[in-house]
This record gives sequence, structure tokens and C-alpha cells, in this order.
Amino acid sequence: MTVHISSNKLNVTIWITLMCLTVITATVSFIDLGPFNTIVALAIATFKALLVVLFFMHVKYSSEKLTKVVILSSLFWLLLLLVLSLADYSTRGNVRIM
Amino acid sequence: MRDSPAVVAQAPEHHGPELLHHFARAEQQRDSAALGMWLFLATEIMFFGGMFCAYLIYRLWYFNEFAVGSRSLDIYMGTANTVVLICSSLTVAMGVRAAQLGKRRLLVVLLLLTILFGAAFLGVKAIEWHEKYEKHHIPGASFNVSDLMRENPQMPIDQNHEQIYFSLYFAMTGLHALHMVVGIGIFVVLTWYAWRGRYTPEYHTPIELGGLYWHFVDVVWIYLFPLLYLIDRRR
Repeated sequence: MTVHISSNKLNVTIWITLMCLTVITATVSFIDLGPFNTIVALAIATFKALLVVLFFMHVKYSSEKLTKVVILSSLFWLLLLLVLSLADYSTRGNVRIM
Repeated sequence: MRDSPAVVAQAPEHHGPELLHHFARAEQQRDSAALGMWLFLATEIMFFGGMFCAYLIYRLWYFNEFAVGSRSLDIYMGTANTVVLICSSLTVAMGVRAAQLGKRRLLVVLLLLTILFGAAFLGVKAIEWHEKYEKHHIPGASFNVSDLMRENPQMPIDQNHEQIYFSLYFAMTGLHALHMVVGIGIFVVLTWYAWRGRYTPEYHTPIELGGLYWHFVDVVWIYLFPLLYLIDRRR
């Protein structure tokens, strides 16, 4: 495989998408959606992060599978950290929650 | 043995000077370097992850204080900084392309633009932090949120718990800003070498790795922005 060179068209398309998503997420934050405000904001953030990682960081075109293994494992560790910690703290009966 | 003319003369026959002799191909050398960078970024994810975890737990506990603190931030400044960082990511992505194609002048211009966007981000951040300083919202001896208590009569808050919000705000944006400062430093060095013509289509690994770092710092902000500024704006 040769080196992947992203076209400027692709780079600019990703940039425009990221800009639009930023404006959308900022605008939505003014609307009261109840608990969905958090979900929408984090879903948009995750989509934006995915665009940056896959296209700007060239992960989509990487031939080295170990790179993908490293990324997925680091996300798995992060998930362990967040899920197990939150599961602990949010189920402690003697601690005031919220 | 090392200086033996036969050994020295042999190497260039097989590959160009950019390929270290323990790699089979230039592609393998590049992939190895990128893999090392990704391993470093994995440790960075855990570094920031601890703070995100603390933020989520304290937000569960002190919901009112976190909502009031979040609303005291300037959403327009936060959005402007997000836009600035996304623009800098574009110039980095185009810079990597310029390096791959061997366009030296374009590469230098794009690297300088990236540094400019990075400095603009830090400038906006400085304005925001200065506002917090004037309002006594920086945790410490002079911390005072009686103004926020007056502005949000419907949400009773505890001053000590509010201090936790602002501690996390400064720790997270501070650590992120520190990464920006380091990133700008890296890009100044990259610009210097790019100007000197060190990077060619055969060898531009530092540009790629510097780009990976810059994009990572951008991704961290992509999550900091909604968590700090957006999710508690309404309700």
C-alpha cells in the first residue's frame, strides 16, 4: 500500500461538516429538551470526534491494524474507568446523589 | 568495522538515506512511528479520562452547582474557540497533505496558520479566565459566588460545592490549554525545519505525528465544550 493522501475536497468537506455540527450543538443547547440535551450534545460531540479521528487522523486509511487495536483498547480502558466508577458512586446508598 | 568503506557504501544501494536500516520498507517505518504516537495518545486519553470521570461523578452529586457554574460561562466565547480549533485542524490536515506532496512553501504557510489559530484559542481562553478572576470565581481564598446565588434564586447552591465545579473547570481547561501551549511549541519547531526544507514526500513523519497530537487536543476540546458549556444551559 502506498501512503494515503487526502484530497483537499475531502478535508474541506469534513471541515464544513464539523463547523455545521458546532453551530447545531450550540443552538440546540438553548432549547429545553430535558435529559435529551445531554444525550444530543454528547452524540454530536462523538460524531465530530469520529470525523476527526477517521479522516483528519487518517485512521480510516491506515493499513496498520495494530493502530486500530491501540485505539479500540484505549477506548475500552476509558469505558472501564467511567462505567465502573459511575456504577460504584451512583449505587452507594449512604451518599446523597444529585 | 563500522568505518569500513564496504559497509558504508552498501547501504544506499538498497534504500534512500531516510530509511533506517532496521526497517524493511519506508511504509513499515512510518507505521511504526504512527503506532508509537498512538500509544502515547492512549496514555493521554487516560490522563484526561480521570478528569472527565471526576467531572461526571461530581455533576451527579452537585447537580445544581454544576448547572449554575456552567451557565456562568460565556457560550459565545466557547463556540468561537471550538470554531478556531476546527479551523486549525483543517490547516493541519492540509499541511500533512502539502508535506506528502513536497510543497514546501504551502506547508510553511499552513503550519504558521495553525500556530496563529492556536494562539487565538489561547487568547480567547485568557479573556475568559480573566473574567473569572474579576468575578472572584477562581477557587481559593477570595472565591465568592454570591453573584451567582442572586442570579439563580430558583437553584439553591452551596459555595464549597460550587468551588468544586470551578476547580474542575480550571483543571480541565488548564490542562487542555497546557497541551495547546506544548502543541504550539512543537509546531514552531516543525515550521522551522519545514522552512529549512527537511521534509520531503519520502520523509515527513514529524509533520504526521505533530498533526496527530494537534488533532487529539482538538478532540479533547470537542468533548470539553459540550460538557462545560452546553449540557446544563437549559433546565
